[in-house]
Amino acid sequence: MRVNPIACEAHGMCAELLPERIALDEWGYPIVDSEPLTPALRDHARRAAQACPTFALLLTRDRE
Amino acid sequence: MSEETLTIDPPVEQAPVPAPGVLPRLLEGIPREGAMSLDRHLAVHGSASVISARRRGRRAESPLIEQVERAGLLGHGGAGFPTATKLRAVAASRKRAIVVVNAAEGEPASLKDRTLMQTLPHLVLDGAQLAAQAVGADELIVCVCETAQASMETSARAISERLGLPLDSVRMHLTAVPDGYVSGQEAALVNHLNGGPAIPTFTPPMVFEQGVRRRPTLVANAETLAHVALIARHGAEWFRQLGTPSRPGSALVTLSGALAHPGVYEIEHGASLVSLIDAAGGMLARPRALLVGGYGGSWIGGELLRGVALSDEHLAPHGASLGAGVVLLLSEDACPVAETARVARWMAEESAGQCGPCVHGLDAIATSVQEIAGGLAQGNATQRIERLAALVHRRGACGHPDGTARFVTSALDTFGPEFADHARHGHCEACSRPGELPLPAHRQAANPTHEPVPFR
Amino acid sequence: MPTIPATGGSLYWYLTRSSGAVALLLLTAAVVLGVVEVRRWSTPRWPRFVVDALHRNVALLAMVFLCLHILTSVLDSFAPISLIDAIVPFAGSYRPFWLGLGAVAFDLLIAVTLTSLLRQRMGYASWRAVHWLTYASWPIALLHGFGTGSDVTDTWLLALSVACLLAVLAAVVVRVLDGWPEHLGRRGAALGGAAVFALFLLIWLPSGPLGSDWARRSGTPSSLLHHASVSSAGSTKVSGE
Repeated sequence: MRVNPIACEAHGMCAELLPERIALDEWGYPIVDSEPLTPALRDHARRAAQACPTFALLLTRDRE
Repeated sequence: MSEETLTIDPPVEQAPVPAPGVLPRLLEGIPREGAMSLDRHLAVHGSASVISARRRGRRAESPLIEQVERAGLLGHGGAGFPTATKLRAVAASRKRAIVVVNAAEGEPASLKDRTLMQTLPHLVLDGAQLAAQAVGADELIVCVCETAQASMETSARAISERLGLPLDSVRMHLTAVPDGYVSGQEAALVNHLNGGPAIPTFTPPMVFEQGVRRRPTLVANAETLAHVALIARHGAEWFRQLGTPSRPGSALVTLSGALAHPGVYEIEHGASLVSLIDAAGGMLARPRALLVGGYGGSWIGGELLRGVALSDEHLAPHGASLGAGVVLLLSEDACPVAETARVARWMAEESAGQCGPCVHGLDAIATSVQEIAGGLAQGNATQRIERLAALVHRRGACGHPDGTARFVTSALDTFGPEFADHARHGHCEACSRPGELPLPAHRQAANPTHEPVPFR
Repeated sequence: MPTIPATGGSLYWYLTRSSGAVALLLLTAAVVLGVVEVRRWSTPRWPRFVVDALHRNVALLAMVFLCLHILTSVLDSFAPISLIDAIVPFAGSYRPFWLGLGAVAFDLLIAVTLTSLLRQRMGYASWRAVHWLTYASWPIALLHGFGTGSDVTDTWLLALSVACLLAVLAAVVVRVLDGWPEHLGRRGAALGGAAVFALFLLIWLPSGPLGSDWARRSGTPSSLLHHASVSSAGSTKVSGE
């Protein structure tokens, strides 16, 4: 999971929908935990990425 | 159809091979004034025999890339990325590539690239042309800072001098780049060339896949290409006869501070700081500390300078790296806290303004340093700065916040006593002195002979 | 062809006007929610992702009711409205101008809906530019409602329409004031447009739809005119033929 920092406008929906992995700094911008997602969190992550108004949250497949 | 033909362009008379392991290399035969003409350039360096592989379907890898890889050349723009890897990545694409010569040099304390373009444009253009052929490019764009008038003129003249040379199979033109700190960043430069502002874009896609006009783009520092030009002539083994095994070859550094003869010098990697200072005629005032790398680099305290050698592997234990070759000595007369505050604020203003953590974080860091300088800091300001530095780490689209944070935190480490003093007592006498760390609008072109480089 | 009893035609007609009213209500809610969202207002019980989801779902629901509204108006045998009139404006025979406004609004909303469903494939800037068409479609839809609705004099519908208008005006003002005075030209134009629209309604409504003989003046085909009669109680009796 990465954030495109240029697109990000600190809406904060990602942190609401995936608090397990995303926290907001003092200015409202996301700090993403770099740990890989567990299967349980994947749906939440997908929802968080879709909720972002500017598509700043990006999900990438781990390269094997 | 996957056959390829190798043709070797007829070699013009070779110049004498320079003695191995001896400086100068890039700066060989440099004129005292003005740019080295094409004739003189060919007389000094000879012409490179060009081995080009004409492409039909898949092409065999250019012998130049192999040479550059064996030479172990790393980029001289600051990132130190392996040049052969970059060449290979661009060459691998099917689409026709573009080569961009990056002489934008947004780092205020660095003068080497504009010096190269001003005095040795043909060396850089040689390297660029060779690289263009190696990656299959059909176009070459030379990018020079718009305020570097002299470099613009000499580059334009050099380009027109070369029209009609057999070496130049690739179309060349010159473009001006805005004078911003981040304008020379790879993606920012490509953004500018694509008609946008000179600020970084989000990657991927990397510029070597999709850059100028969506074509694979090789963005190479001017100095790096100059080295390529010499490697093509004299080979990888020759290149490795200077420098260290992990960082072979020579490099240009911009030496500034209270020295007899500050300016751009060519050193071999691993050269001692002391020898460089000697070559520059010695210090005029005692150095308090060394800033190496640039305003995104790190400080090394004066007491350690005797043992400092100029290569990444020797600087690493000090938490520093050579970066874009900035070697700046801060005198004992300066106030390091005031200098740090000025530069930190300038760096915060140089933010492209695209990424929240950079915009807010650098502003907060600069404000905290300014507060310490004025004795107005609340609570533990040093701790706040350290926390902010960790907060901005890798959260921007480019390395600007990271560099600024590194600059400030290394200043806190190196100048602990001065910072503590200012936190308690506020401004010192030296705070009101004119700054020693240069900031633009006072930048002037330098040449590597014995003209001192004036700073404000 | 299904036989429609005498009251059957009025069933579709009731459905058309009620679904139209609901669509207006939902579109109003969508606009208000959109402004709440872009202003980033939220509480712990109403986090941002809930406002966002509400906005999207209310908007989609509005489209559903809009489709119902169009379908029932086509099926209603009273007025000669064909399906094509829902998309191609001003070509119909029943109150062509006012019906056509509805088609224009619908076209705009189709564009907005499609681009929002396909957001992932568009650039953010282009998606946003299209999305602003909602600010144009709403007043056009309202005018359509006033112009075509044969029961626009009904108190409840008038009150509903006015309430929705006030809500959208408030939303526009809140939206425009956010970040004032950046982009002053754009913001000034938006405020000016909203004021002009409100003023226009104030002047036009009494002499227009709320005035006498509006059915004829708005372009109802003459063959239908003497079938409709409006009583002072505000209900409309239609005898189908």
